[in-house]
Amino acid sequence: MADSMFVSILSAAVSSGTPVLYAALGELVCERSGVLNLGVEGMMLVGAVSGFLTAVRTGSLAAGVLAAIIAGGCMGLIHAFMTITLRVNQVVSGLALTLFGTGLSGYLGKSVIGVPLSATFHQVPIPGLSSIPVIGTVLFKHDLLVYLTYIVVPFLWFYLYRTRPGLHLRSVGESPETADALGVNVFSIRYASAVAGGMLAGLGGAYLSLAYAPSWLENMTAGRGWIAVALVIFAVWDPFRAMLGAYLFGGIDALGFRMQVMGSGVSSFFLKMMPYVFTIVVLIIVTATAARRSSRAPEALGTPYERE
Amino acid sequence: MGKARKIVLVLTVLMLLAGMVRLSGHSMAAEDKFKVGFIYIGPVGDAGWTLAHDEGRRFMEKQLPWAEGTFIESVAETAEAERMMTQLARQGCKIIFATSFGYMDYVQNVAKNFPNVKFEHCSGFKRAANVSTYFGRMYEPRFLSGMVAGMMTKSNILGYVAAFPIPEVVRGINAFARGVRFVNPSAKVQVVWTNTWYDPATEKEAAKAALDAGADVIAQHQDTPAPMQAAEERGRYGVSYNSPMSHFAPNAVLTGPVWNWGPYYVNRVKAAREGTWKSEDYWGGIVDGVVGLAPYGSMVSDKIKKAVADKQAEIVAAKFHPFAGPIKDNFGKVRVPAGKTMTDAEMLSFDWFVEGVVGTLPK
Repeated sequence: MADSMFVSILSAAVSSGTPVLYAALGELVCERSGVLNLGVEGMMLVGAVSGFLTAVRTGSLAAGVLAAIIAGGCMGLIHAFMTITLRVNQVVSGLALTLFGTGLSGYLGKSVIGVPLSATFHQVPIPGLSSIPVIGTVLFKHDLLVYLTYIVVPFLWFYLYRTRPGLHLRSVGESPETADALGVNVFSIRYASAVAGGMLAGLGGAYLSLAYAPSWLENMTAGRGWIAVALVIFAVWDPFRAMLGAYLFGGIDALGFRMQVMGSGVSSFFLKMMPYVFTIVVLIIVTATAARRSSRAPEALGTPYERE
Repeated sequence: MGKARKIVLVLTVLMLLAGMVRLSGHSMAAEDKFKVGFIYIGPVGDAGWTLAHDEGRRFMEKQLPWAEGTFIESVAETAEAERMMTQLARQGCKIIFATSFGYMDYVQNVAKNFPNVKFEHCSGFKRAANVSTYFGRMYEPRFLSGMVAGMMTKSNILGYVAAFPIPEVVRGINAFARGVRFVNPSAKVQVVWTNTWYDPATEKEAAKAALDAGADVIAQHQDTPAPMQAAEERGRYGVSYNSPMSHFAPNAVLTGPVWNWGPYYVNRVKAAREGTWKSEDYWGGIVDGVVGLAPYGSMVSDKIKKAVADKQAEIVAAKFHPFAGPIKDNFGKVRVPAGKTMTDAEMLSFDWFVEGVVGTLPK
């Protein structure tokens, strides 16, 4: 009993961590290029509603996911235009996009509240792997969008740390002047990163509306975009640590509810607080060890680049 | 472009966007109509609490063709509520309904500035010459929905996905448990707190935890149908809340306590126009039609429907009260002796669970 409880908590951690993971990966790419995006919440909502609307109209999940990615990408493009071309304050632009996305998604989604989805993402246990004890159930009895993260995370890590374009992306976030002097196109890399960040946030939203819920309700992200922003700091801008953090954040809820059912006396408020405590602790550690190059924020994060 | 100009540009865009969000539900009131204002805590599309109030508004507009409702949705329980109510009063609203507990003090402040406007605050307890409070005896349909759940359960474990540990929610849990135990004395109600009013993903996860613990009927207090969807996915049953939710989970939802604000809004708006409006504390029950049960799912047998209908008739006739003694708490201590019935004040300050509830009250 205790064993199966353990497995079900871990499995729930993976599925409820996945939407936050997508959004956090998007934020990570964006921030690595030096652009802070506080519009994640709005981008997730726009992705969620676009994905849901499209899936309802066409009956195709693939079309829904694609629409969510495109819609998120468009939101990312707005952010890029505001912050990179107009060099508007990144915080203000991000907050505006969160407000905008919340309102827009509520407006677009009016017609599909309570409408059931004919096709939803179902569990697809991976043959062989899913029969491994514990790990099989925890990691390999999910839907396709969860499996996709198993590919995206290592790919992103490899791209950022082991390829030349990845090096360029990071250098733009560290020192855009140096990168520019070396012939790297700062503007196009930042544009691409902001758009990619929006796409991933949109995909995270689609996971909520097409797989996790699956339905559309106004403001259904309920703050997950903000958790994603915190998570990037928690992960010290590293995709694998973001994955770990997302599952930790996701697992806290699942753990809390099951502890209540088991009659533990730990307050649910206390458990809810834990991810944020972890984030603060990590922030302190990061700041204290800022000398180590691998574990700190991109140097040029938040500063618009202006060619001299 | 200068930095200052850029900032002004962005701020302008921000304000416009914020305006779009805030006033997305704003309807242009005709000049000669009697204007009625509403502020809502959530979006009209929440499928729960706010939807129920908005249906009340629409009902009122249909019944009273001379009245025109204006609403502002997703208004936070902060000074923003004060601004929004002031805005409604300035627009000429003669009566304003504030539909969330946390608006209480802001209603008082605005009411002082607009003595000729009537204010109605839902679920609060502070009144004034031009401020009434109103709420419903939701514990009555909660009790009845508990009876349905108690007769449907096979595992004798019922999950209750609870919002915040406040008296209103505790009262709901207790009424449900009383209903369950009335028909099924060996059943238990397992409470899981989410500390949310509106977070579909979290509420679904909480329902899953109760389902994992063996619950085969899930009841809820939040404003989203997510717990019902969790029950549907596992092939179990659910008792919804606020508005009928069966279209979200047609195979799961047995029934659910629902709000029906329409008739109350009609009466109060009429009274305000005719000058008969008085400040009062309204707590209506099934007998007034302000609370009731959602239509039954097809899995509920006629026998169950009959038992519930009989009990409902007794409640309406004031022959039965869900909180009539003897009542023990969940530690076995007698809280209400036989022959006594809990007073309104006692019910409004519930901070203990009745017998049959499993869970703790976070303090």
